[in-house]
Amino acid sequence: MLAKRIIPCLDVKGGRVVKGVGFVNLKDAGDPVEVAKIYEAQGADELCFLDITASSDEREILLDIVRHTADEVSMPVTVGGGVRTVDDVQMLLSAGADKVAINTAAVTRPEFVREASRQFGSSTIVVAIDAKRSVDQANHWEVYTHGGRNATGLDAIDWAAKMEDFGAGEILLTSMDQDGKTTGYDLELTRAVCERVHIPVIASGGVGTLEHLYEGVTSGKADAVLAASIFHYQTYSIHEAKNYLAERGVTVRL
Amino acid sequence: MNNIVIVDYGSGNLRSVQRSFERAGFVSTITPDPNVVAEASHLVVPGVGAFSDCMGNLEKLDMLDPIRAFIQAEKPYLGICLGLQILFTEGTEFGSRPGLGILPGQVIRFPKNELKVPHMGWNQVQIEKEIPHLKGIPDHSYFYFVHSYYGNPSERDCIATTTEYGTRFPSAVSQGRLFACQFHPEKSQQMGRQLLENFARL
Repeated sequence: MLAKRIIPCLDVKGGRVVKGVGFVNLKDAGDPVEVAKIYEAQGADELCFLDITASSDEREILLDIVRHTADEVSMPVTVGGGVRTVDDVQMLLSAGADKVAINTAAVTRPEFVREASRQFGSSTIVVAIDAKRSVDQANHWEVYTHGGRNATGLDAIDWAAKMEDFGAGEILLTSMDQDGKTTGYDLELTRAVCERVHIPVIASGGVGTLEHLYEGVTSGKADAVLAASIFHYQTYSIHEAKNYLAERGVTVRL
Repeated sequence: MNNIVIVDYGSGNLRSVQRSFERAGFVSTITPDPNVVAEASHLVVPGVGAFSDCMGNLEKLDMLDPIRAFIQAEKPYLGICLGLQILFTEGTEFGSRPGLGILPGQVIRFPKNELKVPHMGWNQVQIEKEIPHLKGIPDHSYFYFVHSYYGNPSERDCIATTTEYGTRFPSAVSQGRLFACQFHPEKSQQMGRQLLENFARL
């Protein structure tokens, strides 16, 4: 059976992990490569780097992190943030990324997703969607870009389906309402997208407890769950998270 | 002395394969040069992307004959993902295209609309054949997969492992010292490293 994946996410800015990482026993908790190694030792299934500066002059720093990480760990690594051109994708893949997440640039020019997936294979192209629940319309979520600053008017569920048609191999779905709240994923949103598309969906935004991970893969129907702070602050280790899921009948790689 | 050669035909992440060999204690060379392939003691053909692009690129590099000759000489070949698929008679991604024809069979897609495709993530490998390549790897170990197509041999005796995803499909094949897997040992942590080490020791 295909296992549900647990993916720790690191926000990287200027070559350092931000949002704080509370690892004890780690010489330099701000070094993304060191953190990646810890997560691998804990049994992470994949790793996700989001470059939250994404300014072009810092691109080289990010590439260097990706290179070192790919050298040190033996699991798939997804990198996102500021990916705008086929060249950006090429550079990240050459540096050792296995998948590249495209967000704003997919909205600006959907054809970019088609071109990138045709050139590098669907399985390397992740479309990241930041979605926010509509206040006046039930079960409607709007896509936002530019790190959640710009509303697009696009319906998140339709958008996910369109991105699948354009060749995306996976959807990284973040609820902006839940992100940072530690009260759990937006399960309705997650389920709605998972039921609509035929590609894997990673749930993101809102995890505060292990039960939230469980809900994400069961009632949310997600193929993978992404979390940042609960792992960074060692509230739980990835190993504990997997045991928790396994005890409740979820297929995970132990 | 081992001379492990990894074929570079413009398909992404070769460095991770090389690095995994390094961690298992083996030096390897990445090359697009068919003459270097001819000198190899161990040959690795990795790959992500589409079947037809892969065959096309290998053809452009005059790599097809040296690969075929290497396999026919019964030297240790390791195919990863596309490196498995090209062994078959025919691929069907972006139209039908002949493969190397080492193993009779077709490369086919997982059924649409019934499953999430690509088949992406960690899945279990059931060992169907006790072979040196799989030494030290417990039955039902997890390996990392990412693919939409798989090789479907018309003769079942080449199937080394199978994996359940909607259907039970062949996840690795072997014939003598040839071994090819649909999963990615270079992304599969310690089990993957064990497999690469077994291969390098052949």
